[in-house]
Amino acid sequence: MEALLDVSDLSVRFDTDDGTVHAVDRLSFVLGEREVLGIAGESGCGKSVTMLSLLSLLPPTAVVSGTAHFGKIDLLAAPPSALREIRGREISFVFQEPMTSLNPAFTVGKQVGEVLRRHLGLSRDDASRRAVELLDLVRIPAPERRVREYPHQLSGGMRQRVMIAMALACDPKILIADEPTTALDVTIQAGILDLMREIRERLGTAIILITHNLGVVADIADRVLVMYAGRKAEEAPVDELFRHPQHPYTMGLLGAFPRRGVDRLQEIPGVVPSLRELPQHCAFAPRCPRADELSRSEIPELRRVRPDHWVACFHPGMNGASR
Amino acid sequence: MNGPVLEVEELVKHFHVGSRVGGGGAVVHAVDGVSFTIGAGEVLGLVGESGSGKTTVGNCIARLVEPTSGRIRIRDVDVTHLTRRKMRPLRREVHMVFQDPYSSLNPRMTCGQIVGEPLRLHRLARGRELDRRVVHLFERVGLRPELRHRYPHELSGGQRQRVGLARALSVGPSLLIADEPVSALDVSVQAAILNLLRDLQHDLGFSSLFITHDLATVEFLCDRVAVMYLGKIVELAPTREIFDSPKHPYTQALLSAAVVPDPDAQRARARVVLEGDVPSPLAPPSGCRFRTRCPLAAQSAPRSVEEEPELRDIGGAHLVACHLASVAGEAPVLADLAVESA
Repeated sequence: MEALLDVSDLSVRFDTDDGTVHAVDRLSFVLGEREVLGIAGESGCGKSVTMLSLLSLLPPTAVVSGTAHFGKIDLLAAPPSALREIRGREISFVFQEPMTSLNPAFTVGKQVGEVLRRHLGLSRDDASRRAVELLDLVRIPAPERRVREYPHQLSGGMRQRVMIAMALACDPKILIADEPTTALDVTIQAGILDLMREIRERLGTAIILITHNLGVVADIADRVLVMYAGRKAEEAPVDELFRHPQHPYTMGLLGAFPRRGVDRLQEIPGVVPSLRELPQHCAFAPRCPRADELSRSEIPELRRVRPDHWVACFHPGMNGASR
Repeated sequence: MNGPVLEVEELVKHFHVGSRVGGGGAVVHAVDGVSFTIGAGEVLGLVGESGSGKTTVGNCIARLVEPTSGRIRIRDVDVTHLTRRKMRPLRREVHMVFQDPYSSLNPRMTCGQIVGEPLRLHRLARGRELDRRVVHLFERVGLRPELRHRYPHELSGGQRQRVGLARALSVGPSLLIADEPVSALDVSVQAAILNLLRDLQHDLGFSSLFITHDLATVEFLCDRVAVMYLGKIVELAPTREIFDSPKHPYTQALLSAAVVPDPDAQRARARVVLEGDVPSPLAPPSGCRFRTRCPLAAQSAPRSVEEEPELRDIGGAHLVACHLASVAGEAPVLADLAVESA
């Protein structure tokens, strides 16, 4: 598979008054053409910061290092003018909260049109015509009427569709969606996931989907990357990951999912570590039933344990102590 | 003890919005005629999407909002319109756990004070005895007793939710209303709280109204499930029944939309995607409220427009409010239709 985006050794830290916060620690991953990559993890694992850092959308207190090659350009070294060309045009974002991401004072058509006029230099008339087409593309009924409406007149699901329409306006190569369905009801979520699948099929857009919901990942991703405390814990194709999880954290997350016929859910004791003092050993060790001296003294490097299946754990596999 | 702990009959709650006193204005039909009972030691799941009225039902039972009409009986006492003073002794019987463990605990009180407050207000314990019982409650919900001297902001989300649970159970209520108690928590923390809820419920034997949008937790925790849509219960049945053979088209759509962490199951699933959005509770559709989104509305027209389907027992304590469900328990299966048309 052709690499569309190649991120290598990405680290992000924030220097604050209370010390340094290590949000992302030496993360590497590759996104292929037309691929849907799911990045899964709990709050504070660094999944959102990773994506924001790629397009310089973090506050100036962030210190970013590493490389992120998008074609010939290193996104992390590119000047702001070059990034402006890429942001929203080649790589675009969809955020969790569709209400706060839209400007309440402008009509939907105006906001979608703005992207087209700025990036593609379309005239006012062309932009508004194209805006209607885009709303139709994301399956919004009666798009001619909807372009004249304001965000508050739309439901949450419709607003998220508008956000996706804006993100698709310039036919981007990569769509980064950060918890795009988390604020939505399940019946609405199903429609948005179907829409993203369709976009990939019809337009060939590669998608990075950031989520805490392993069900969403199982539904739409081709490949999954599980993050814990700013580091990659595990990475594999979706079927491989769910059938043969290797990292005790991934297994814990899957065992924690409520379902019928189980008497007790698997618990992961303890809490996510503070990113202020990122340990110089396995970050999951304090919560891990398999942790030993080695886990508590060294950082496990990523290694391949099965074909195309990478894990950062000294004691990986299904037959560990916890199962 | 025999007989239900809670009986809700034709509960209605309308909110008036945008009107001056006595003037017209609009009416939000948040809850529009809901009836159910909860037996001793039973856990009833109340499931629905945003705007379905599930939270308002819980708030009415706890008398946090005044019901518009209908009847609520707790252990055979009609509490629907009791005054605050008369309600007070009954407050021991019903307690609540809320979704947000950050805003539902008083930040100026220590966790020990928070947990002990109901005991103090009901004059059940004081002084050393109060502290002894607080320590016991902390242990009961899996918190180290030292944490009772801490303030809520010093605790993690999961620990705070345990404090909320200890407070709710402090006076030994016969009914616990839990409104999305784990939705704000991370998955790994959720599991521990759900296990705890299940253990406590098992050991202490209280009844529960478990309000949530998450079908997976319902399947794990509840004995029976009521599905709400736009202020009405559309289906009510034992958990196994609901998940194995849902009768109402909305329940079927809801179940088919829930994602599970299993790629094979996701691919094999026959999807029922509902068209459009939930109508405004300001003006719910006539007849069947689900008809504007129901893939089968045409089949039951014009009845679906003219007549509101009644919640009927179709056998085996399985209640459904759909014109297309027969008394014998036959109902159309949407997934079959989806497969046929694909």
